[in-house]
Amino acid sequence: MAEVAQVAPLESQARDVLYCGICTLPPEYCEFGGTAKKCEEWLKDNHLEAYQALYSEEALTSNLSSLSVSARERAAKDAAKKEAKAAAAEARDAERKAASKVQIKRVERNKRKHVTVITGLDIYGLENKKLAKELGKKFATGSSMTRSAAGTEEITVQGDVSEDVKEWLLEVYGKEIPEANIELVEDKKKKSSS
Amino acid sequence: MFKKDIPPSNRSKVKSSVQRGLRQRFLDTYPGFEPYIEEVLPKKAQLDAVKLYISPFPFLHFLFQAMHSPERTTLYTIDSTPLFYQPMDGPPIPHLKLVHAYPEAVPTVQIDRGAIRFVLSGAALMAPGLTSAGGQLPEKEHEIKAGEVVAVKAEGKDTVCLIGVLKAGTEEIKEKGKGVVMDEGHYLGDGLWRMSLD
Repeated sequence: MAEVAQVAPLESQARDVLYCGICTLPPEYCEFGGTAKKCEEWLKDNHLEAYQALYSEEALTSNLSSLSVSARERAAKDAAKKEAKAAAAEARDAERKAASKVQIKRVERNKRKHVTVITGLDIYGLENKKLAKELGKKFATGSSMTRSAAGTEEITVQGDVSEDVKEWLLEVYGKEIPEANIELVEDKKKKSSS
Repeated sequence: MFKKDIPPSNRSKVKSSVQRGLRQRFLDTYPGFEPYIEEVLPKKAQLDAVKLYISPFPFLHFLFQAMHSPERTTLYTIDSTPLFYQPMDGPPIPHLKLVHAYPEAVPTVQIDRGAIRFVLSGAALMAPGLTSAGGQLPEKEHEIKAGEVVAVKAEGKDTVCLIGVLKAGTEEIKEKGKGVVMDEGHYLGDGLWRMSLD
Protein backbone atom coordinates (compact mmCIF):
# COMPACT_ATOMS: atom_id res chain seq x y z
CA MET A 1 0.00 0.00 0.00
CA ALA A 2 2.68 2.38 1.03
CA GLU A 3 4.44 1.75 -2.20
CA VAL A 4 1.37 2.54 -4.24
CA ALA A 5 0.96 5.83 -2.46
CA GLN A 6 4.55 6.66 -3.23
CA VAL A 7 4.30 5.89 -6.90
CA ALA A 8 1.20 7.93 -7.54
CA PRO A 9 2.65 11.41 -6.96
CA LEU A 10 5.77 10.46 -8.87
CA GLU A 11 3.83 9.70 -12.00
CA SER A 12 2.23 13.08 -12.12
CA GLN A 13 5.64 14.70 -12.33
CA ALA A 14 6.19 13.87 -15.94
CA ARG A 15 4.87 16.81 -17.81
CA ASP A 16 2.67 16.00 -20.72
CA VAL A 17 3.75 18.21 -23.56
CA LEU A 18 1.51 18.88 -26.50
CA TYR A 19 3.12 18.46 -29.89
CA CYS A 20 1.84 19.92 -33.12
CA GLY A 21 0.32 17.36 -35.45
CA ILE A 22 1.74 19.08 -38.50
CA CYS A 23 5.32 19.99 -37.73
CA THR A 24 5.76 17.83 -34.57
CA LEU A 25 7.28 20.73 -32.61
CA PRO A 26 5.66 22.06 -29.47
CA PRO A 27 3.01 24.52 -30.75
CA GLU A 28 4.83 27.55 -29.41
CA TYR A 29 7.63 26.89 -31.88
CA CYS A 30 5.33 26.32 -34.87
CA GLU A 31 5.98 29.80 -36.17
CA PHE A 32 9.57 28.83 -36.87
CA GLY A 33 8.76 25.58 -38.62
CA GLY A 34 7.86 26.81 -42.10
CA THR A 35 4.31 25.46 -41.98
CA ALA A 36 3.04 28.10 -39.58
CA LYS A 37 -0.37 28.58 -41.23
CA LYS A 38 -1.22 24.91 -41.28
CA CYS A 39 -0.02 24.47 -37.73
CA GLU A 40 -2.21 27.31 -36.60
CA GLU A 41 -5.26 25.73 -38.18
CA TRP A 42 -4.43 22.35 -36.78
CA LEU A 43 -4.14 23.74 -33.29
CA LYS A 44 -7.41 25.59 -33.66
CA ASP A 45 -9.20 22.44 -34.72
CA ASN A 46 -7.67 20.12 -32.20
CA HIS A 47 -6.73 22.08 -29.11
CA LEU A 48 -8.79 25.20 -28.93
CA GLU A 49 -7.58 26.19 -25.47
CA ALA A 50 -3.94 26.07 -26.39
CA TYR A 51 -4.77 27.92 -29.55
CA GLN A 52 -6.42 30.76 -27.73
CA ALA A 53 -3.54 31.09 -25.32
CA LEU A 54 -0.96 31.09 -28.06
CA TYR A 55 -2.54 33.14 -30.79
CA SER A 56 -4.32 35.76 -28.72
CA GLU A 57 -3.75 39.43 -29.51
CA GLU A 58 -1.68 40.05 -26.42
CA ALA A 59 0.57 37.12 -27.02
CA LEU A 60 1.27 38.21 -30.56
CA THR A 61 2.03 41.80 -29.64
CA SER A 62 4.26 40.85 -26.75
CA ASN A 63 6.15 38.59 -29.13
CA LEU A 64 6.78 41.45 -31.46
CA SER A 65 7.63 44.10 -28.92
CA SER A 66 10.73 42.31 -27.73
CA LEU A 67 12.54 42.66 -31.04
CA SER A 68 13.88 45.66 -32.84
CA VAL A 69 12.17 46.65 -36.08
CA SER A 70 15.01 45.59 -38.35
CA ALA A 71 15.39 42.26 -36.60
CA ARG A 72 11.68 41.71 -36.95
CA GLU A 73 11.83 42.43 -40.64
CA ARG A 74 14.68 40.05 -41.13
CA ALA A 75 12.89 37.34 -39.17
CA ALA A 76 9.73 37.83 -41.20
CA LYS A 77 11.68 37.61 -44.42
CA ASP A 78 13.38 34.48 -43.23
CA ALA A 79 10.09 32.94 -42.19
CA ALA A 80 8.54 33.70 -45.55
CA LYS A 81 11.47 32.11 -47.30
CA LYS A 82 11.25 29.04 -45.15
CA GLU A 83 7.54 28.77 -45.75
CA ALA A 84 7.99 28.97 -49.49
CA LYS A 85 10.64 26.32 -49.28
CA ALA A 86 8.45 24.01 -47.25
CA ALA A 87 5.54 24.51 -49.62
CA ALA A 88 7.75 23.79 -52.61
CA ALA A 89 9.10 20.66 -51.00
CA GLU A 90 5.61 19.47 -50.26
CA ALA A 91 4.42 20.11 -53.79
CA ARG A 92 7.43 18.29 -55.17
CA ASP A 93 6.78 15.39 -52.87
CA ALA A 94 3.14 15.14 -53.88
CA GLU A 95 4.09 15.28 -57.51
CA ARG A 96 6.66 12.58 -57.07
CA LYS A 97 4.15 10.43 -55.30
CA ALA A 98 1.59 10.88 -58.05
CA ALA A 99 4.11 10.13 -60.77
CA SER A 100 5.89 7.20 -59.21
CA LYS A 101 4.73 3.67 -59.64
CA VAL A 102 4.84 0.72 -57.37
CA GLN A 103 6.03 -2.13 -59.48
CA ILE A 104 5.15 -5.69 -58.65
CA LYS A 105 7.24 -7.87 -60.83
CA ARG A 106 6.97 -11.57 -61.31
CA VAL A 107 10.38 -12.97 -62.05
CA GLU A 108 10.81 -16.46 -63.35
CA ARG A 109 13.35 -18.25 -61.32
CA ASN A 110 13.15 -21.80 -62.51
CA LYS A 111 10.55 -22.77 -65.11
CA ARG A 112 7.60 -23.19 -62.80
CA LYS A 113 8.94 -21.24 -59.85
CA HIS A 114 8.72 -17.52 -59.44
CA VAL A 115 9.66 -14.80 -57.08
CA THR A 116 7.79 -11.53 -56.73
CA VAL A 117 9.87 -8.38 -56.68
CA ILE A 118 8.29 -5.20 -55.39
CA THR A 119 9.90 -1.83 -55.95
CA GLY A 120 9.00 1.79 -55.40
CA LEU A 121 7.38 1.57 -52.01
CA ASP A 122 9.84 3.79 -50.17
CA ILE A 123 8.55 6.86 -51.99
CA TYR A 124 5.27 6.41 -50.16
CA GLY A 125 7.07 6.50 -46.84
CA LEU A 126 6.92 2.80 -46.21
CA GLU A 127 9.83 0.95 -44.80
CA ASN A 128 10.91 -1.87 -47.04
CA LYS A 129 12.41 -4.00 -44.34
CA LYS A 130 9.37 -4.00 -42.15
CA LEU A 131 7.04 -4.49 -45.05
CA ALA A 132 9.06 -7.47 -46.22
CA LYS A 133 8.59 -9.08 -42.86
CA GLU A 134 4.88 -8.37 -42.94
CA LEU A 135 4.52 -9.87 -46.39
CA GLY A 136 6.42 -12.94 -45.31
CA LYS A 137 4.04 -13.40 -42.44
CA LYS A 138 1.00 -12.76 -44.54
CA PHE A 139 1.84 -15.21 -47.29
CA ALA A 140 3.84 -17.64 -45.20
CA THR A 141 6.81 -17.50 -47.54
CA GLY A 142 10.33 -16.21 -47.46
CA SER A 143 10.45 -12.48 -47.95
CA SER A 144 13.30 -10.08 -47.64
CA MET A 145 14.55 -6.64 -48.47
CA THR A 146 17.24 -6.87 -51.11
CA ARG A 147 19.34 -4.31 -52.81
CA SER A 148 19.38 -4.43 -56.58
CA ALA A 149 22.51 -3.83 -58.59
CA ALA A 150 21.61 -0.19 -59.01
CA GLY A 151 21.52 0.24 -55.27
CA THR A 152 17.79 0.69 -54.92
CA GLU A 153 15.89 -1.24 -52.33
CA GLU A 154 13.35 -3.82 -53.28
CA ILE A 155 11.36 -6.53 -51.62
CA THR A 156 11.68 -10.08 -52.85
CA VAL A 157 8.90 -12.43 -51.91
CA GLN A 158 9.30 -16.06 -52.77
CA GLY A 159 6.54 -17.54 -54.84
CA ASP A 160 4.15 -15.97 -57.26
CA VAL A 161 2.00 -13.74 -55.10
CA SER A 162 1.83 -10.65 -57.27
CA GLU A 163 -1.97 -10.50 -57.40
CA ASP A 164 -2.23 -11.05 -53.68
CA VAL A 165 0.39 -8.45 -52.92
CA LYS A 166 -1.51 -5.92 -54.93
CA GLU A 167 -4.71 -6.71 -53.12
CA TRP A 168 -3.00 -6.60 -49.75
CA LEU A 169 -1.30 -3.29 -50.48
CA LEU A 170 -4.58 -1.73 -51.48
CA GLU A 171 -6.29 -3.08 -48.44
CA VAL A 172 -3.69 -1.94 -45.94
CA TYR A 173 -2.12 1.10 -47.57
CA GLY A 174 -4.94 2.01 -49.94
CA LYS A 175 -5.04 5.50 -48.55
CA GLU A 176 -1.48 6.29 -49.48
CA ILE A 177 -1.16 4.39 -52.72
CA PRO A 178 -3.75 4.92 -55.45
CA GLU A 179 -4.64 1.78 -57.34
CA ALA A 180 -3.63 3.28 -60.65
CA ASN A 181 -0.08 3.60 -59.40
CA ILE A 182 0.40 -0.09 -58.84
CA GLU A 183 1.40 -2.04 -61.87
CA LEU A 184 1.94 -5.70 -62.36
CA VAL A 185 4.80 -6.73 -64.59
CA GLU A 186 5.82 -10.13 -65.82
CA ASP A 187 9.47 -10.53 -66.36
CA LYS A 188 10.12 -13.58 -68.46
CA LYS A 189 10.63 -14.69 -72.00
CA LYS A 190 7.85 -17.20 -72.51
CA LYS A 191 4.27 -16.29 -72.02
CA SER A 192 2.11 -18.43 -69.83
CA SER A 193 -1.10 -17.93 -67.91
CA SER A 194 -0.62 -17.20 -64.27
CA MET B 1 24.99 17.17 -35.40
CA PHE B 2 21.67 15.75 -36.52
CA LYS B 3 20.90 18.18 -39.25
CA LYS B 4 20.27 15.45 -41.76
CA ASP B 5 17.59 12.83 -41.47
CA ILE B 6 18.75 9.71 -39.75
CA PRO B 7 18.09 6.51 -41.64
CA PRO B 8 16.29 3.84 -39.69
CA SER B 9 18.71 1.29 -38.38
CA ASN B 10 18.78 -1.80 -36.30
CA ARG B 11 18.07 -1.76 -32.66
CA SER B 12 19.53 -4.20 -30.24
CA LYS B 13 18.76 -5.04 -26.68
CA VAL B 14 21.10 -3.71 -24.06
CA LYS B 15 22.59 -6.18 -21.61
CA SER B 16 21.24 -5.67 -18.14
CA SER B 17 24.70 -5.12 -16.70
CA VAL B 18 25.43 -2.47 -19.31
CA GLN B 19 22.02 -0.98 -18.64
CA ARG B 20 22.83 -0.67 -14.95
CA GLY B 21 26.07 1.10 -15.80
CA LEU B 22 24.32 3.46 -18.16
CA ARG B 23 21.70 4.27 -15.60
CA GLN B 24 24.40 5.10 -13.08
CA ARG B 25 26.29 7.21 -15.59
CA PHE B 26 23.10 9.03 -16.49
CA LEU B 27 22.36 9.75 -12.85
CA ASP B 28 25.90 10.91 -12.18
CA THR B 29 25.70 13.32 -15.07
CA TYR B 30 22.23 14.56 -14.21
CA PRO B 31 21.57 14.53 -10.48
CA GLY B 32 18.35 16.36 -11.32
CA PHE B 33 16.86 13.16 -12.66
CA GLU B 34 17.29 11.37 -9.33
CA PRO B 35 13.64 11.74 -8.20
CA TYR B 36 12.29 10.60 -11.54
CA ILE B 37 14.66 7.85 -12.47
CA GLU B 38 12.23 5.05 -11.64
CA GLU B 39 9.83 6.60 -14.06
CA VAL B 40 12.31 7.43 -16.76
CA LEU B 41 14.30 4.26 -16.64
CA PRO B 42 12.62 1.60 -14.50
CA LYS B 43 14.96 -1.09 -13.25
CA LYS B 44 12.99 -3.81 -14.98
CA ALA B 45 12.56 -2.12 -18.33
CA GLN B 46 14.40 -3.40 -21.37
CA LEU B 47 16.56 -0.69 -22.83
CA ASP B 48 17.16 -0.73 -26.58
CA ALA B 49 20.20 0.71 -28.28
CA VAL B 50 19.81 2.26 -31.71
CA LYS B 51 22.98 3.07 -33.58
CA LEU B 52 22.84 6.40 -35.30
CA TYR B 53 24.86 6.67 -38.44
CA ILE B 54 25.44 10.25 -39.32
CA SER B 55 26.85 10.14 -42.77
CA PRO B 56 27.74 13.12 -44.88
CA PHE B 57 25.93 11.54 -47.85
CA PRO B 58 22.50 10.31 -46.85
CA PHE B 59 21.94 8.42 -50.08
CA LEU B 60 25.04 6.37 -49.43
CA HIS B 61 24.18 5.60 -45.86
CA PHE B 62 24.30 1.87 -46.38
CA LEU B 63 27.96 2.18 -47.26
CA PHE B 64 28.68 4.11 -44.14
CA GLN B 65 26.86 1.70 -41.93
CA ALA B 66 29.60 -0.77 -42.53
CA MET B 67 32.33 1.71 -41.75
CA HIS B 68 33.14 2.87 -38.30
CA SER B 69 32.44 6.51 -38.64
CA PRO B 70 34.16 8.64 -36.04
CA GLU B 71 30.88 10.14 -34.92
CA ARG B 72 29.39 6.97 -33.63
CA THR B 73 26.43 7.82 -31.52
CA THR B 74 23.97 5.53 -29.86
CA LEU B 75 20.42 6.38 -28.98
CA TYR B 76 18.85 4.55 -26.08
CA THR B 77 15.14 3.93 -26.05
CA ILE B 78 12.50 2.01 -24.17
CA ASP B 79 10.08 0.61 -26.72
CA SER B 80 9.58 3.58 -28.99
CA THR B 81 10.25 6.30 -26.45
CA PRO B 82 13.64 7.90 -26.93
CA LEU B 83 15.48 8.53 -23.68
CA PHE B 84 18.97 9.78 -24.36
CA TYR B 85 21.77 9.56 -26.87
CA GLN B 86 25.42 9.15 -26.24
CA PRO B 87 28.29 9.97 -28.55
CA MET B 88 31.11 7.49 -28.63
CA ASP B 89 33.18 9.26 -26.03
CA GLY B 90 30.85 11.78 -24.45
CA PRO B 91 28.28 12.06 -21.72
CA PRO B 92 24.75 10.82 -22.29
CA ILE B 93 22.48 13.63 -23.45
CA PRO B 94 18.74 13.37 -22.88
CA HIS B 95 16.43 13.50 -25.86
CA LEU B 96 14.37 16.68 -26.04
CA LYS B 97 11.14 14.77 -25.45
CA LEU B 98 12.54 13.61 -22.15
CA VAL B 99 13.63 17.12 -21.26
CA HIS B 100 10.15 18.36 -22.07
CA ALA B 101 8.66 15.87 -19.68
CA TYR B 102 11.06 16.75 -16.85
CA PRO B 103 12.09 20.35 -17.41
CA GLU B 104 13.68 20.85 -14.01
CA ALA B 105 16.06 17.94 -14.27
CA VAL B 106 18.65 19.55 -16.52
CA PRO B 107 20.31 22.94 -15.92
CA THR B 108 18.81 25.50 -18.24
CA VAL B 109 19.87 28.72 -19.89
CA GLN B 110 17.69 30.99 -21.98
CA ILE B 111 18.17 32.66 -25.35
CA ASP B 112 16.42 35.74 -26.65
CA ARG B 113 13.67 35.63 -29.24
CA GLY B 114 15.87 36.72 -32.10
CA ALA B 115 18.07 33.68 -31.75
CA ILE B 116 15.32 31.07 -31.94
CA ARG B 117 15.14 30.90 -35.70
CA PHE B 118 18.86 30.35 -35.99
CA VAL B 119 18.87 27.67 -33.37
CA LEU B 120 15.97 25.85 -35.00
CA SER B 121 17.77 25.80 -38.29
CA GLY B 122 20.76 24.17 -36.74
CA ALA B 123 23.24 27.01 -36.30
CA ALA B 124 25.81 26.99 -33.53
CA LEU B 125 24.64 28.79 -30.42
CA MET B 126 26.39 32.14 -30.01
CA ALA B 127 27.00 34.08 -26.84
CA PRO B 128 25.04 37.27 -27.64
CA GLY B 129 21.81 35.28 -27.72
CA LEU B 130 22.39 34.46 -24.08
CA THR B 131 23.80 37.71 -22.76
CA SER B 132 21.22 40.05 -24.28
CA ALA B 133 18.12 41.27 -22.46
CA GLY B 134 15.98 38.30 -23.45
CA GLY B 135 18.58 35.75 -22.49
CA GLN B 136 19.28 34.29 -19.09
CA LEU B 137 22.35 32.74 -17.57
CA PRO B 138 22.56 31.23 -14.10
CA GLU B 139 24.01 33.19 -11.16
CA LYS B 140 27.61 32.83 -10.25
CA GLU B 141 26.86 30.27 -7.51
CA HIS B 142 25.12 28.02 -10.01
CA GLU B 143 27.72 28.45 -12.68
CA ILE B 144 27.77 25.83 -15.41
CA LYS B 145 31.22 24.88 -16.60
CA ALA B 146 32.41 24.18 -20.11
CA GLY B 147 31.81 20.60 -21.15
CA GLU B 148 28.61 20.25 -19.18
CA VAL B 149 25.26 19.60 -20.79
CA VAL B 150 22.65 22.33 -20.71
CA ALA B 151 19.15 22.67 -22.00
CA VAL B 152 18.36 25.88 -23.82
CA LYS B 153 14.92 27.38 -23.72
CA ALA B 154 13.73 30.51 -25.40
CA GLU B 155 12.39 33.84 -24.30
CA GLY B 156 8.62 33.68 -23.93
CA LYS B 157 8.49 29.92 -24.46
CA ASP B 158 8.06 27.22 -21.86
CA THR B 159 9.63 24.29 -23.62
CA VAL B 160 13.28 23.64 -24.27
CA CYS B 161 14.41 23.98 -27.87
CA LEU B 162 18.03 22.87 -27.81
CA ILE B 163 20.27 20.67 -25.74
CA GLY B 164 23.96 20.03 -25.98
CA VAL B 165 27.40 20.38 -24.49
CA LEU B 166 28.58 23.86 -23.54
CA LYS B 167 31.82 24.92 -25.13
CA ALA B 168 32.37 27.79 -22.73
CA GLY B 169 31.44 28.13 -19.07
CA THR B 170 28.63 30.48 -18.20
CA GLU B 171 30.95 32.90 -16.38
CA GLU B 172 33.20 33.02 -19.38
CA ILE B 173 30.23 33.76 -21.62
CA LYS B 174 29.19 36.66 -19.43
CA GLU B 175 32.71 38.02 -19.49
CA LYS B 176 33.38 37.74 -23.20
CA GLY B 177 29.90 38.14 -24.61
CA LYS B 178 30.74 36.74 -28.00
CA GLY B 179 31.80 33.64 -29.80
CA VAL B 180 30.42 30.14 -30.12
CA VAL B 181 28.85 28.71 -27.01
CA MET B 182 27.55 25.39 -28.26
CA ASP B 183 28.76 23.80 -31.44
CA GLU B 184 26.36 21.05 -32.16
CA GLY B 185 23.35 20.15 -30.19
CA HIS B 186 20.07 18.40 -30.56
CA TYR B 187 17.40 20.92 -31.49
CA LEU B 188 13.69 20.82 -32.18
CA GLY B 189 12.96 19.52 -35.64
CA ASP B 190 16.37 18.04 -36.41
CA GLY B 191 17.03 14.56 -37.71
CA LEU B 192 16.98 12.97 -34.29
CA TRP B 193 13.73 14.70 -33.42
CA ARG B 194 12.06 13.57 -36.63
CA MET B 195 13.41 10.06 -36.44
CA SER B 196 10.64 7.52 -36.17
CA LEU B 197 11.31 4.72 -33.77
CA ASP B 198 8.62 2.17 -34.42
